Amino acid sequence: MLFALALPGAASAAAQPQQGDLVARGKHLYGQYCIACHGANGRGVEPPVPNSAGAAPQRAQNQQNAAGPSLQGVGALAADFYLRTGYMPLREIGKQPRRNRVLFSEDQIRALVAYVASLGNGPPIPQPQPERGNLSEGMKLFTEHCAGCHQVVAEGGYVTGAVPPPLENSTAVQIAQAVRIGPYVMPRFSEKQISDRELDSIIRYVQYAKHPDDRGGWAIGHLGPVPEGLVTWFLAATALITVCIVIGKRLKSE
Amino acid sequence: MSRAKDFLVSGAVLLVSRLRRKPKLHGRERVVPTGAASPGWELVALLLLLAAALCAVGFIVVYVLDRLSHQTQWLGLSLGLSFVFLAAALIVTAKHLIVTEELEDDYPLVEYPEEQETIAQVVDESGSRLTRSGLFKLGLGAAGGAIGLAVLTPIASLGPGIDMDAFVRTPWRRGRRLVDEQGRPLRAADIEEDTFYTAFPEHADKEELASSLVVVRLPESELRLPPELARFPANGIVAYSKICTHAGCAINLYRTPLFKPIEPKPALVCPCHYSTFDVATGGDVLFGPAGRKLPMLPIYVDANGELRAAGNFDGPVGPSWWGVRMRKPENGSGA
Repeated sequence: MLFALALPGAASAAAQPQQGDLVARGKHLYGQYCIACHGANGRGVEPPVPNSAGAAPQRAQNQQNAAGPSLQGVGALAADFYLRTGYMPLREIGKQPRRNRVLFSEDQIRALVAYVASLGNGPPIPQPQPERGNLSEGMKLFTEHCAGCHQVVAEGGYVTGAVPPPLENSTAVQIAQAVRIGPYVMPRFSEKQISDRELDSIIRYVQYAKHPDDRGGWAIGHLGPVPEGLVTWFLAATALITVCIVIGKRLKSE
Repeated sequence: MSRAKDFLVSGAVLLVSRLRRKPKLHGRERVVPTGAASPGWELVALLLLLAAALCAVGFIVVYVLDRLSHQTQWLGLSLGLSFVFLAAALIVTAKHLIVTEELEDDYPLVEYPEEQETIAQVVDESGSRLTRSGLFKLGLGAAGGAIGLAVLTPIASLGPGIDMDAFVRTPWRRGRRLVDEQGRPLRAADIEEDTFYTAFPEHADKEELASSLVVVRLPESELRLPPELARFPANGIVAYSKICTHAGCAINLYRTPLFKPIEPKPALVCPCHYSTFDVATGGDVLFGPAGRKLPMLPIYVDANGELRAAGNFDGPVGPSWWGVRMRKPENGSGA
């Protein structure tokens, strides 16, 4: 009865809500927005097997092909990441989650994160300290682990079947979370591979790369040598044609 | 075949007709006025041609002297200068060594044989200001020949023409340990799923084409390796050459789904042209321009829990070449 009355966001009246309250409100929100794909108690929903005999196709239609991974044990880290980037709720099931308008209020996010964290023994929200990191080490690590997909200045790029996003709007906490989760088809990097200290350096480099020092001249979208080469070709072609015209003119006037 | 014969015959006819026409030109009345000889400009043009030839030879020398510092810059400079000198020589020739004339009428149409001869005569006589035409032709030939040779030199870098053994030689032998960049042996227990590792052979040159590996771990139930490789999934850990079989780029993209049922399946992706290789089936091409599968290195876990090679790659490493499918790296059994 109480749950039914509590409107989303309206419950912030309580000055300092108890952890139990928060979880309860999160559970209510979960039932409203998340349960169709992630299942009751965050158990996950397997996608219906296509072409299976019996009533399965009919059932699948009724559920609108809802499917989602289990949230047990993903912890506050993952819940906070997906909600604050607007990745969740997902627009279309099976498609890559994209950065989007955040649909929940701050209070609602806190409640949902508390509820998902209560589902299992997951990791907490990381607290990176990029100011402790080393910029040059960060660049080396970013080049080694991240630049293959996200480009060396974190502008994003392409892989077959996915679009590695640009990191220009990513906060330090979100970068730290993404590295540990590996959203969509991104690899996951554990603390054995990238320590928290190294992660600080990587984040420091990404923050630096948002405002690069373009000593080479025009950045042209920071896309690398292709647009630069194209512009050079146009300039060089103009120069060459000019030279040709000058040579031709002189000969004629003699 | 018949087309080649046509080319040969028509080429021969052209050559013969050119040779025969020459003597006819003498003894006719001049069309082009005789210009004043200018030996000074001639010398300048000859020196420019010589400089062009020397720069082109310089390009070949720099090319042969591998491991020169700033080699690329020197190559560009020498070939660029060579073209600049050639262009300057041609400009000098056109402005000072060819007879220029004021024309009131158009040249006669080229339909009649006599008029064709007149045009040939005009071309011939235009060079009459040259006092050392033989030497000049020699200079032009030297510059043209040297530049042509310089442009053809890089063909030597296309690789060995006959000996293909170098392409199938690899540093991997049965029992050789896999180490990371710092030389620490890779332990099976440290290899996690959903991420990737780069490995090298212990005590071997990391720069060699066949040295670097990508190591990934999959749940053993997901592996569908071909029969000849099925014996070698070391607890679900598989190792592939890091060099793409298309253009030889280093593969540093590993796509691995977070929610397996509906997301793209795990694959190694080359960043250059997006060749995509299935890690579960022994490196089959899923997408992209690569023409053959990524070579897989059979590995096993030794008594200490460290990863070791169980043999050699199942196919040649690196970009494809003539006859690549007929060769396999030797299955080294030493050490």
